[in-house]
Amino acid sequence: MVKKILKIEQLKTYFYTWAGIVKAVDGVDIDVNEGETLGLVGESGSGKSVTALSIINIVPSPGRIVEGKIIYKGENLLEKTENNLQKIRGREIGYIFQDPATSLNPVFNIASQLMEVIKRHQNVTKKEALEKAIELFRLVEIPDPEIKIWNYPHQLSGGMKQRMAVARALSCQPSLLLADEPTTNLDVTIQAQILQLMKSLKQKLGMSMILITHDMGVVADVADRITVLYAGRVCETAETKTIFYNPKHPYTNALLTAVPSLALRRDKLAVIPGTIPNLIEPPSGCRFHPRCEYAKPICAEKIPTLEEIEPEHFVACHRALEIDIKSPLGVEKAAR
Amino acid sequence: MKRLLDKKFLEVEDLVKHYPIFSRGILLKKKIGVIHAVDGISFSIKKGETFGLVGESGCGKTTTARTILNLDRPTAGKICLEGNETGKVFNSRNKKEILKLRRKMQYVFQDPYASLDPRMTVADIIIEPFLIHSHIPKEKRLNRLYELLDLVGLEDYHAERYPHEFSGGQRQRICIARALAVEPQLLIADEPVASLDVSVRAQILNLLQGLQQKLQMTYLYISHDLSTVKHICHRVAVMYLGKIVEMAETDELFDSPIHPYTQALLSAIPVPDPETKRSRIILPGEIPSPINPPSGCRFQPRCIYAKKHGCLEVAQELVDIGNGHLVACARAKA
Repeated sequence: MVKKILKIEQLKTYFYTWAGIVKAVDGVDIDVNEGETLGLVGESGSGKSVTALSIINIVPSPGRIVEGKIIYKGENLLEKTENNLQKIRGREIGYIFQDPATSLNPVFNIASQLMEVIKRHQNVTKKEALEKAIELFRLVEIPDPEIKIWNYPHQLSGGMKQRMAVARALSCQPSLLLADEPTTNLDVTIQAQILQLMKSLKQKLGMSMILITHDMGVVADVADRITVLYAGRVCETAETKTIFYNPKHPYTNALLTAVPSLALRRDKLAVIPGTIPNLIEPPSGCRFHPRCEYAKPICAEKIPTLEEIEPEHFVACHRALEIDIKSPLGVEKAAR
Repeated sequence: MKRLLDKKFLEVEDLVKHYPIFSRGILLKKKIGVIHAVDGISFSIKKGETFGLVGESGCGKTTTARTILNLDRPTAGKICLEGNETGKVFNSRNKKEILKLRRKMQYVFQDPYASLDPRMTVADIIIEPFLIHSHIPKEKRLNRLYELLDLVGLEDYHAERYPHEFSGGQRQRICIARALAVEPQLLIADEPVASLDVSVRAQILNLLQGLQQKLQMTYLYISHDLSTVKHICHRVAVMYLGKIVEMAETDELFDSPIHPYTQALLSAIPVPDPETKRSRIILPGEIPSPINPPSGCRFQPRCIYAKKHGCLEVAQELVDIGNGHLVACARAKA
């Protein structure tokens, strides 16, 4: 039996804006096994980042966690006091923010930003903290760590800043790392460097990881399991191979066919009609039904629940077992 | 038909663009160096072709596009559109001629959130080019507006709305409609899908392809995303630090890349297939500063083969190795 390090049940995070209540996350179930990488995939506005922020309870105002349980190592994080949560953030759960350029403080040098985290969670002197910080810089393969550590964020390039963000998230050797689009703003060759680095560090330190991204290529490479989100709800959760070769939710398949691929040459890309719905008044029933080619009247009426249709393969679709979905990779494999 | 296709539409010869850097201060600014943004690149685009310019950030793709349109004046080099040198026209101060030339080339900017005036309605935005070029009589302007909206897949009632009411994909459609308003022959698309979601990205790429077939336009497509480039382009040039390192037909380039940088770039693309065996070439380090580019071949500090062939001393020129495949690498000749 694999141990679950994190289990999220029916998480609901709403934003109370003047225009209405934005249901950014509306009943999400996610679990992460010990030592695995879970890929959280979806388009912008699907609730990926808000889910991650909810885990360590730092949803910005006017957002609030309305309902749900976040069980980390057997304890519900939502029942903890702010003081106790502080001990978990950074130490137990590390967080890499989406944009390295804005998540670092421009008026402090890198050394003090790294040492702040280390001193807060570990009982060390200033000198020891500095040594640890330099050690971390070595770990994330930044050249000349003794010199670079005194730099300010603007003196570093995007790739370097992202390495620094990785170093900060890893500074207290967390058991769970939340990486929110860690490579989205980077060039492909730098992205390859960072992904390689994160993979090897994960193995070295034995962490679990939630990797948030919209890039199907990145999750295919890094994730063990994938959860697909759409408009604040989970569509499908399964092992990476299952998601790519045998998806059961129409949205998962639509995502896979819309991506131009280097391997397959297509004359015309498949298109998902329409755009992501407004989350103040989301569509009734299944939130994907206005854009879904398989939609039936029932889809507009009843909210589909996440059900296990095969072992370890969860789908939230009324018609998952009736419809025959073929992913581009599945078709190619069958042809081979 | 074949001969028509072979005709060179846009020619760029030894294009150089350097940006000066000044020392701080208000009164006595001293020029302390130059940024070698584009350093002597040559290429040509045939009529009706989609030409891709790829490379990482800071390699000079956007600067190339901006100098072609004379949004930035080139430091040196020659740009010819249909055989006529554009620099002469742009420098002539003959407003009529300049406008005429500008009508032939249009630009779709990278960020549809920043390139639309928030205080203008969609109708204002698309009609503005008519007012500037006055190529459409007054009474036909509204008709043309609705034609354009229809062409890019927007509805008539969108015309009265403001940009903030639209999603990213729709805004990019407005930008494309605005560019098409002057009936250009060359459309420069600078990362048109970079800031869009995957499902919307496919819509815009299909739109661009459809428009090309319908209107016989020539595209210069700039991107760092190689998978969209492979999808949309006929020919591709790879840039690194202000120089073109490799140029070939799309299939040729993706199937048999020769330059070590192209090879690394291609191997670094994440493939959406969990079973692919990846043999990634991870490049050490980062792109050097374009203020002090490395001596010899510009890729030399990150290249695994650089020890041989005198790469540290000799700059490499593009050499044709057959099939219109050009490479700037000492290894290609050997």
